[in-house]
Amino acid sequence: MLKRVHFNTKLLPFLLVAPQIIITLVFFFWPASQALFQSLRIEDAFGLSSQFVWFDNFKELIADPNYLEAFSRTAEFSILVAAIAMLSALLLAAMADRIVKGALAYRTMLIWPYAIAPVIAGALWVFMFDPTLGIFVYALDALGIDWNYKLNGGQAMTLVILAAAWKQIAYNFLFFVAAMQSIPKSLIEAAAIDGAGPWRRFWTIVLPLISPTTFFLLVVNVVYAFFDTFGIIDSMTQGGPASNTEILVYKVYYDGFVGLDLGSSAAQSVILMAIVIALTVVQFRYIERKVDY
Amino acid sequence: MKLTNIIAGALTATAMTGLALSAQATTTIQWWHAMGGANGERVNKIAADFNASQSEYKVVPTNKGNYTETMTAAVAAFRANKQPDLVQVFEVGTATMMAAKGAVYPVYQLMKDEGESFDINAYLPAVVSYYETTDGKLLSMPFNSSTPVLWYNKDAFKKAGITKVPATWDEMKTASEKLVASGTKCGFTFGWQSWVMVENYSAWNNLPIGTEQNGFAGLDTKFTFNNDAVKNRLQSIYDWSKDGLFKYGGRRGDSLSMFTNGECGMWLNSSAYYGSIKSQAKFDFGQALLPLDSEVAKAPQNSIIGGATLWVLKGKPKENYKGVALFLKYLSSPKVQAWWHQETGYVPITTAAYELSKKQGFYKTNPGTDTAIKELSLNAPTPNSRGLRFGNFVQIRDIINEEMENIWAGKKTASQAMDDAAARGDKLLRKFQKANK
Repeated sequence: MLKRVHFNTKLLPFLLVAPQIIITLVFFFWPASQALFQSLRIEDAFGLSSQFVWFDNFKELIADPNYLEAFSRTAEFSILVAAIAMLSALLLAAMADRIVKGALAYRTMLIWPYAIAPVIAGALWVFMFDPTLGIFVYALDALGIDWNYKLNGGQAMTLVILAAAWKQIAYNFLFFVAAMQSIPKSLIEAAAIDGAGPWRRFWTIVLPLISPTTFFLLVVNVVYAFFDTFGIIDSMTQGGPASNTEILVYKVYYDGFVGLDLGSSAAQSVILMAIVIALTVVQFRYIERKVDY
Repeated sequence: MKLTNIIAGALTATAMTGLALSAQATTTIQWWHAMGGANGERVNKIAADFNASQSEYKVVPTNKGNYTETMTAAVAAFRANKQPDLVQVFEVGTATMMAAKGAVYPVYQLMKDEGESFDINAYLPAVVSYYETTDGKLLSMPFNSSTPVLWYNKDAFKKAGITKVPATWDEMKTASEKLVASGTKCGFTFGWQSWVMVENYSAWNNLPIGTEQNGFAGLDTKFTFNNDAVKNRLQSIYDWSKDGLFKYGGRRGDSLSMFTNGECGMWLNSSAYYGSIKSQAKFDFGQALLPLDSEVAKAPQNSIIGGATLWVLKGKPKENYKGVALFLKYLSSPKVQAWWHQETGYVPITTAAYELSKKQGFYKTNPGTDTAIKELSLNAPTPNSRGLRFGNFVQIRDIINEEMENIWAGKKTASQAMDDAAARGDKLLRKFQKANK
């Protein structure tokens, strides 16, 4: 007979999940509740006087046309960053997957940008595209483009989108390559014997088989565009010119840490939190249905 | 990134206080500042010299990043009860600091409590007036102050045949036309545009930028910089930009390279860029008084300062404050001030330091370096030219920057942009008033 070990069944499960729960409480629920609490107050910078104002901070935000503009700007920014980063990574992965010679070297080179901190990435792009000093600006000048992203909002937006997307391509590439490698070779070969060209093989076999990865990357990229692009924007444009590159997360930082307006900043972060929760729910409810595991 | 910085900073600060306490009996005074690079080393030298001059107190300077980061770090530290004794805060943070009555220890009060002699008349009026209460009591100790001047490229002027440095905006236009005609890419550009083109433009031409004596007299203030003088001037500059007479080069000092690489013949920005221009420009340059708007005023009033002051924070042990008082006295002594002024291009804060620099022949060997002091002390400051004191001004200044960028990009007329800036700014003033009842 097998010896049965008896655990205190009431306590043990709680003990085992305790570390995870404590981490979630301390690093998520506690700060989030603080944000909720702050968002209902107006306070001076030093915290010497503070008033409870119910939803005044939110009302002010909704009435502020600049805040509403930041919304559509963030949507534009996030969609473009996610789309460019994912499509380029997919293209690169599809090509890297077909290479036989020196595949490792190509892959390593393509993964490199991922190791670069966002602020450094921003600084690199600034050096290349500085209106007075940038190398690429000479080329743009020769093409007759009057490049000055410090004045032209459209150019500034293009630049931060490209930099943010470039930074994320490596990450996406890594996952796409791994996903493509896990597709059994026999499937591809069978299709090739049946006369399917590379494009058809990609479209009908590879793409559906990597759809779980694509879905995962979609969620990750949207979250990335919403939050992690802060460093790039801070080092490149600080939200300018005018407020043409001020996305929601940058505004949270700016109003809270630069403007020392904690109430409004907290209210914005609560709104941002709600948006990301909503987006994730939508992605899992509606898009995941189309994914085959 | 910012958060980890703050946490790391707080940790090191705590660790350092702990170490200092256990290692020696001297009282440690924490000084947080925003001076990087060469100026950071000069700050360290001032502290080291003070420490060597006596044995009871030890001043420990710590760089906390740029101006906004330093202020935010001090605010966060105060909320966590880990504040430094002394913190450097830039001039636009003045109203925020002043309103925090429970957090700051006014300098005049400190000197009185510690029984140190302190004569406000020894300081340059245009420098201290920015940081005084309406009845002339000094709240924070001026440390690094500068004022905008007109920088010009002497070589480009020669090439263009300009013999007289522009003194009015009309002359700015003719000089720019000559520069562009002689092959310079643009006539002039400027940096810190809200400070130079709105705040100082108004003071120089003796116009208010807000009610209640530019905010000195109370929190119930409204902006008036959306007046015809400012609007017309900005509109004309935009119109000139179509002919290349003006080119916008970004916020803060971003446009420095446009001046130092010869792209623009003139640059309106802080006198404190002296060191940078000297090391970067490969041409002969000079500095002159700001141009006057002859359509608005007959003669220039005086310019206002930018830069930062040192604020004493409350909540430290009693014995620290004696040390802080002694250090502030040391800092404003003529010898230290004259050295700081000559090394950095910031203006000296006392008349004695100015006289000492004169006596040492500094202005003879470095012509033009007294332009800033001349501008500041041109006339006794009026309520329009004493400075400004608006709550939330860090954000408001960026709103003005944004709206000005809308003018340069041709998205709004100057009139529309200034009206919008004033309306958006007024909202933040009301918010500040509400939070600081």
